[in-house]
Amino acid sequence: MTIRVLRPGLLTTVQDHGRHGLQHLGLCPGGAMDPVALTLANALVGNPAETAALEITVIGPELHFEHDALVAVCGAEFQGDLPRNRPMFVPAGSRYRVGRAVRGARAYLAVAGGLAIEPVLGSRSTYLPGGFGGFEGRALRHGDVLHLNADSAEVSRARFASLKGRTGQTVRWWAPPLTLPDREPVLLHVIEGQHWEAFEPASQRAFLDAVWRISPDSNRMGFRLQGPALARVTEGDGSDEILSGPTALGSVQVPSGGVPIALMADHQTTGGYPRIAEIVSADVPRLAQLAPGASVHFARCSLETAAELRRDLQERLETALRGIAWSYGT
Amino acid sequence: MKPERIVPLGDLAAYVEFSRTLDLEVNETARRLAAAVRAAADPRVRDVVAGLGGVAIHFVPAIAEPAPALAEAIVAQCVRQGLPPAKKIGRDLEIPVCYDPEYALDLEEVAERTRLSPERVVEKHQKGSYLVLMIGFAPGHAYMGGLDPALAVPRRATPRALVPAGSVAIANDQTVVYPYAISGGWSVIGRTPLKVFDARRGEPSLFGTGDRVRFRAIGKEEFLRIAAEA
Repeated sequence: MTIRVLRPGLLTTVQDHGRHGLQHLGLCPGGAMDPVALTLANALVGNPAETAALEITVIGPELHFEHDALVAVCGAEFQGDLPRNRPMFVPAGSRYRVGRAVRGARAYLAVAGGLAIEPVLGSRSTYLPGGFGGFEGRALRHGDVLHLNADSAEVSRARFASLKGRTGQTVRWWAPPLTLPDREPVLLHVIEGQHWEAFEPASQRAFLDAVWRISPDSNRMGFRLQGPALARVTEGDGSDEILSGPTALGSVQVPSGGVPIALMADHQTTGGYPRIAEIVSADVPRLAQLAPGASVHFARCSLETAAELRRDLQERLETALRGIAWSYGT
Repeated sequence: MKPERIVPLGDLAAYVEFSRTLDLEVNETARRLAAAVRAAADPRVRDVVAGLGGVAIHFVPAIAEPAPALAEAIVAQCVRQGLPPAKKIGRDLEIPVCYDPEYALDLEEVAERTRLSPERVVEKHQKGSYLVLMIGFAPGHAYMGGLDPALAVPRRATPRALVPAGSVAIANDQTVVYPYAISGGWSVIGRTPLKVFDARRGEPSLFGTGDRVRFRAIGKEEFLRIAAEA
């Protein structure tokens, strides 16, 4: 049961929902940059949400399926052969190309039955900075052979046969994309960071007023944001040292050069740079869907609003999952 | 014992701040609180991270209350039940370090800056007893306090693009051991043959917050022997 990698794409890694509970050892949870799209991709092929899938970034891979497989690609819209947000039956011997992203930056390719990958520290996610997890701790390369779990071809045939609304090798319906931002600049909600007060009032305003562009120098650890330089209030004694402390997914830290960095899935667990803001958890997957060059702006919100946004996203995800489950007759 | 403030760290975490400056007593309180919160094993808590001046508590997305309120209630309960004594947190570790010039990339420079001979720098570093104040920056990367003030040097103006894994380095009043070959601005004065972080090990991180650390000087032969076994 294998998939052969003919072309790896820009950055294709194995990801699941990450490894939690190890931040005190300096290890961030990592996992899918857009966990909502990963959950949908898994649901579309009948997998439990925690199953590992391929995270595809900006330029997709070309794959040779050596056995029957039921697959789904969810998240960003890519050119190429695979229909978006739908389960698709791929017969043994097929080649499929996921082209270039036309909207969004990341998609998840899930296979019914799941990839045969050993968990490391409780997760199958690839942690690139540490070189472990996922497929040999690295991004996929030309010639790699991904093994699927033993019964995945049978599972794929049986699941596809049980689906409602089949037409040809796919279905007539699709799951809604929940994290694809519609128009730019993309609005991201933030709450004040721990060091908000440490920034000059003009920089606080600039942070909220400016349109920021995702820098090409961005990766799974963090997105650099191009815009006005942000300045700190200098203390009376001239010191501007911040005591190094814990960070979180979505923290916006500002190193001394004044260029903010939004911390993403593979972020450092602590940092010595002041954090001007924290992007709310419901908006982080939408940020993850932006490629370098895309623009964002920030709006301050309360913790209550952040919780509402979080619950709203969760409800929309659950509605989509119920719809998919219904199509599987469960 | 009472936190100065509890601030949101996004909507799924809160930071319990005791101090904005480094104070060893405060750091000890942070470590004791972190140990207590972890031991309480509240199902809503995903991660507990002790920083130099406070503790971050990360929650599952399904929490109903605001993160700071939840953190406050958990902290209050831990304080009521009593925090574990500092002595019970962490282990006593002896870390072999080879201070040979081959590994001690910045020893000469540190000697010049501190106006000590390289031998004295090594002796002072090796004689110290250290305490892991925080783990961060990279998996297993331990910030240790207890460096002899005579060895205080600022961070290097230009960070090295790649500091070899296992490098033992100093800056200001702390010492660190680099777990991976990563970029860093601390002055490298030796190297340990031990694997600092190994995801395949049952206990992946060599260091934990609160560990008491001593360094044992070893020769190159022993370094190579231990490295071969690790």
